[in-house]
Amino acid sequence: MISLKAETIEKIDKLVPRYPTVRSAALPLCHLVQEDLGYLSRESIEWIAERLELQPINIQELVTFYPMLRTEPTGEYHVRVCRTLPCALAGAYQTCRSFEKEFDCKVGHTSEDGLVTLGFVECHADCGKGPVVMVGEDEYTDINPKKAVEMAAKMKSGELSKGL
Amino acid sequence: MSQQETRLIFKHIDEQGYTNDIDCYVKNGGYEQLRKAVTMRPEDICAEVLTSGLRGRGGAGFPAGMKWKFLDRKSGKPIYLICNADESEPGTFKDRQIIHQDPHQLIEGMICTAFAIQAKLAFIYIRGEFFEGYKILERAIEEARKKNFLGDNILGSGYSCDIIVHRGAGAYICGEETGLIESLEGFRANPRIKPPYFPAALGAYQCPTIVNNVETLCDVKHVIEMGGESFAKIGTPGNTGTRIWCVSGHVQKPGYYEFACADITLGQLIYDICGGLKPGRKLKAVIPGGSSSKILRADERFIGKLKDGTEYDWGIEDIPMDFDSLMAVGSMSGSGGVIVMDDTTDMVEALANINYFYAHESCGQCTPCREGVPWMRKVTQRMLDGEAREEDADLLKSIADQIAGRTICAFGEAASWPVQSFIAKFKDEFVEKAQEQAARRKEGKETAETTTLI
Ligand SMILES: Cc1cc2nc3c(=O)[nH]c(=O)nc-3n(C[C@H](O)[C@H](O)[C@H](O)COP(=O)(O)O)c2cc1C
Ligand code: SF4
Ligand code: FES
Repeated sequence: MISLKAETIEKIDKLVPRYPTVRSAALPLCHLVQEDLGYLSRESIEWIAERLELQPINIQELVTFYPMLRTEPTGEYHVRVCRTLPCALAGAYQTCRSFEKEFDCKVGHTSEDGLVTLGFVECHADCGKGPVVMVGEDEYTDINPKKAVEMAAKMKSGELSKGL
Repeated sequence: MSQQETRLIFKHIDEQGYTNDIDCYVKNGGYEQLRKAVTMRPEDICAEVLTSGLRGRGGAGFPAGMKWKFLDRKSGKPIYLICNADESEPGTFKDRQIIHQDPHQLIEGMICTAFAIQAKLAFIYIRGEFFEGYKILERAIEEARKKNFLGDNILGSGYSCDIIVHRGAGAYICGEETGLIESLEGFRANPRIKPPYFPAALGAYQCPTIVNNVETLCDVKHVIEMGGESFAKIGTPGNTGTRIWCVSGHVQKPGYYEFACADITLGQLIYDICGGLKPGRKLKAVIPGGSSSKILRADERFIGKLKDGTEYDWGIEDIPMDFDSLMAVGSMSGSGGVIVMDDTTDMVEALANINYFYAHESCGQCTPCREGVPWMRKVTQRMLDGEAREEDADLLKSIADQIAGRTICAFGEAASWPVQSFIAKFKDEFVEKAQEQAARRKEGKETAETTTLI
């Protein structure tokens, strides 16, 4: 059994009947459950399926398709560096290398101490202010390698918001 | 040509003191067009939009009024409106600004449109990464509902419509309208084959559906305000209204700039508006309409005839920024994402970066796309890993040629056009890369070099 916050349940109960079909609520439910619990476990997937009278595979196939849905918890900080061409032209790969060095963690992985999960993302539609970096749900723009070092320090000290 | 911005959609963007709440919007004349719209006959609004010549701002530039005409109204099934707020074409960053700074403009445009096509329900499909944008829209919709600008019996007109904000989850293919619809219905975003699945006939829930981009829907509000004929006077015939050019890459002042169609050339945009390139750098290439559009080389001459018969002989800086001119030079205005590259750019790296994106984003339904796009990525990556071959340029072109035109959705073209155009225009650099590596190999040196774009 998973235990969701009352607030999440309330949101779910409100949302489902608004759609012309229950199945349309599948992706929104994945988001809500993931936001509540941090990731989508086997049990969460089964719970969502049951709530929508679907089979677990119907949810599983979404989880494996949509990059934002995850089946494992992230580190305390979820750092995502936009690597697409406009940000790359602005130096995103150097920014990412700077994070890798600071956290001693390769992009695509979680640091051993569990502090950060570092990942690439594709264009976040703010290319005029690249390199763009997301920390949780918070967006940071114009992050050059030097600013990345500063951000990393604030994550290590716990000063920076986790953007949850 | 003037160089004054014409701020229609972006009138209040970045304006001091302008806030994104409903009071500020109403104070600035907001929702007046909706008041007007609900007193009009829906078919008259559709006629105005057709007269306006408004073309879609999401990428393909299809006339909105024409699309609405294709709606299957005889089926007796409910009609749906979907706003495409997936904004994920690399280099595009205009819809985000509308959503963040002027969400009520979008809502007003949407309800006007919904009324015009008599939609039963409307959706905003917003990309999952727009966390803040999602919250802003949810709040704005509640504000609008309280004032009866949406919901039941809107402004006493007898017409009712609600808007549901639906979040994507990080897949670019959800921007393709039929992939979007699959996603909205709770499935993987596997695009549908057209025909028969043209949204206007068989869209969401197999019902007639109109999908329009955020900017297009905002334009509808302005068409109602000024009338189709006046709107059509902005820009040039066939290229009406304004475009928001999102300039990124190697310019001094990247950003978004709104101009009447054809009011500005690519050269003016880069040098006068965006402050030119960094000192000492020279322009090398421009991708004018999002990463899928074909690249233009700075020293090319573009010679030909426009649709209306006028002959042109342009350098890259002379190209007027509008739908048809960019089409004429073999590219497209697409989503308005202008990516500028100076002479420090390594073209193999730039293409490798683009290929990485498309390989990551293929939905995997069609064999040419699923197999071919990652293959192109592998080839460009291998070239940068120090194993470039002189024949790689031809190999890349041949793979791309076998994808474009052979797939369910236009992603196949979107992924092939960059490769085809990079090879057509910069083949020498791909061949040189192999030759340089061969020379280094002979000297017993490491063949791979440090890269900056991948
Ligand atoms: C691969 C692909 C991605 C697309 N991404 C977007 C997008 O992010 N936003 C958008 O508005 N249109 C996108 N489109 C275009 C839509 O399919 C559709 O044509 C558009 O939303 C229609 O609106 P419009 O006529 O107002 O432009 C994409 C198309 C393709 C083939
Ligand atoms: S072209 Fe690619 S993205 Fe489009 S349906 Fe086929 S496999 Fe999917
Ligand atoms: S490329 Fe990074 S935000 Fe667009």
